[in-house]
Amino acid sequence: MKIVVCIKQVPATNDAKIDPETKRIIREGLKAIMNPFDTYALEEGVRLREKLGGEVIALTMGPPKAEAVLREALAAGADRGILLSDRAFGGSDTWATSYALAKAIEKIGDVDLVICGKQAIDGDTAQVGPGISAHLNWMQAASVMAVEQVDESCITVKRMHEEGHDICKMQLPAVLTVVKDINTPRIPSLKGRLAAQKAQIPVWKPEDIGADPDKLGLNGSPTRVVKTQPPDPRQTDTIRIEGTAQECARALVRELRLRSLV
Amino acid sequence: MLTLTDIERKEYSNIWVVAEVSSGAVQPVTHELIGAARELADARKSEVWTVAMGSDISSDAKSLFAYGADKVIVVDDARLDGIQDEVEAKALVRLINKYKPEVVLCAATVKGRALIPRVAVMANCGLTADCTGLSIDPENGDLLQTRPAFGGNILATIRCSNHRPQMATVRPRVMKAPEPDRGRQGEIISECILDTDADKVKKIIEIFHSSEATLNLSDARIIIAGGRGMKGPEGFELLKKFASRVGGAVGASRAAVDAGWIPYTHQIGQTGQTVQTTLYIACGISGQIQHLVGMQSCDVIVAIDKVPDTPMMQMADIAIVGDLFEIVPEILNELPKL
Repeated sequence: MKIVVCIKQVPATNDAKIDPETKRIIREGLKAIMNPFDTYALEEGVRLREKLGGEVIALTMGPPKAEAVLREALAAGADRGILLSDRAFGGSDTWATSYALAKAIEKIGDVDLVICGKQAIDGDTAQVGPGISAHLNWMQAASVMAVEQVDESCITVKRMHEEGHDICKMQLPAVLTVVKDINTPRIPSLKGRLAAQKAQIPVWKPEDIGADPDKLGLNGSPTRVVKTQPPDPRQTDTIRIEGTAQECARALVRELRLRSLV
Repeated sequence: MLTLTDIERKEYSNIWVVAEVSSGAVQPVTHELIGAARELADARKSEVWTVAMGSDISSDAKSLFAYGADKVIVVDDARLDGIQDEVEAKALVRLINKYKPEVVLCAATVKGRALIPRVAVMANCGLTADCTGLSIDPENGDLLQTRPAFGGNILATIRCSNHRPQMATVRPRVMKAPEPDRGRQGEIISECILDTDADKVKKIIEIFHSSEATLNLSDARIIIAGGRGMKGPEGFELLKKFASRVGGAVGASRAAVDAGWIPYTHQIGQTGQTVQTTLYIACGISGQIQHLVGMQSCDVIVAIDKVPDTPMMQMADIAIVGDLFEIVPEILNELPKL
């Protein structure tokens, strides 16, 4: 089975601090990591390969430094990595991003399954996975919490939704987006890490994937960000309640009733 | 990318809402979206249309006029039972090509967030996820879409001038549903536009709906969430009681989920769900950044914890210092009887 796992490099919020004034997270100076949802996508790809044979290809689009997440993916079990990187890809929205990734997947050829994380933690859109699937005209399953069964032509998955889950069977090739519940990613071995550092990672440009330049980057993006602003700060005065359990409970219920919340 | 000329753009009019249909019924978030669409349509001097796709939904579709829909397109087909992204996307694109709406709004639910990006790609148009604000630019009539990014740390305003329709998703409970006007009438348009392409239909083998009313985080107005301080699964039983009393849902931090005290479907935060409720009560949650990004946009945050200075206690609007196992039962006593 030939599996492509799509990965995004995102800023890490792990060591972010909260701004005492606005009570929001300070974004500046954060280091880059593999999008957390993508670590589950990668692990699922590697597990399927271990069971069924085949190959796992990690694919990312980003600046040259995004190569680092592909090396991480190799260390965690991917067989090879491909980096889509060129100025022409810059400024892509989810339409153009999913187009470029779909063209790369076509170029890789004979792919049976594409696995993405449910969403990236910076954009939070959850649009690129279904977007890839639409560009390829494949079937899709979003918010997958388990792969129940796979054979050459079909895959059966469990999808999480608001009130529970469902189990559905669909034809391959297909695109999955996965949630955290699907597995526990392995810790890469030292040997794996060393090998990953030495691996050659090809860089593909628009001409390598036969992309239409009008559908790439800012040109190919129907949406435009016209303004960004910080949200209104949270009110900064915290009401502190202390005392016996009953006093605390009374004070809280009074506050909530004043605000018509209960 | 193929962009539209001014003349082509003018062919598109009316504000559409894709009805959220689950278990054969139109969900309340649809009413909220129709309310938002009504304001946009009034600004554009156009109509609100709702598209209701599902199995056996014709009778439910009529109820939408009361909330402000002028026309409802009904695609009633047994093949639309369960989540069928491919079939619904194809049907919606056909309707878009036929009727040319200017704006399409959809619920940012699990179903909507899987369906609508597929439609946006197929229809060559832009899509903005999880909008918290929608308005019309008075100068050129474009839809201005405001959304939080990076866990609510930035608000971006997005427009999509050269493509139609302009598409956006909105989370449940973000917009307010209008008071229904039961006497309001409208027109039903029935469409039979499904493909017979059987390969592209998923076989739904099993649908499991949890009987727990405290599960649905995205539709909740109030969330009672617990973390490491709940000490075990029994702690969450207390929170379930609390949530049922106030008509809320139960949330959890990653620590509580990873400890196996409560299923992942309840997890809030970076690798769980993002919520935006009117009231969020955090019990024994210290407030790691990964949790805070999933709930910091809630209107009122209450924290209950023994430790007075955790990040959650600092962020909260109301911080209660004490033993939650003593305080929560007292709160249940103090709450007005339902």
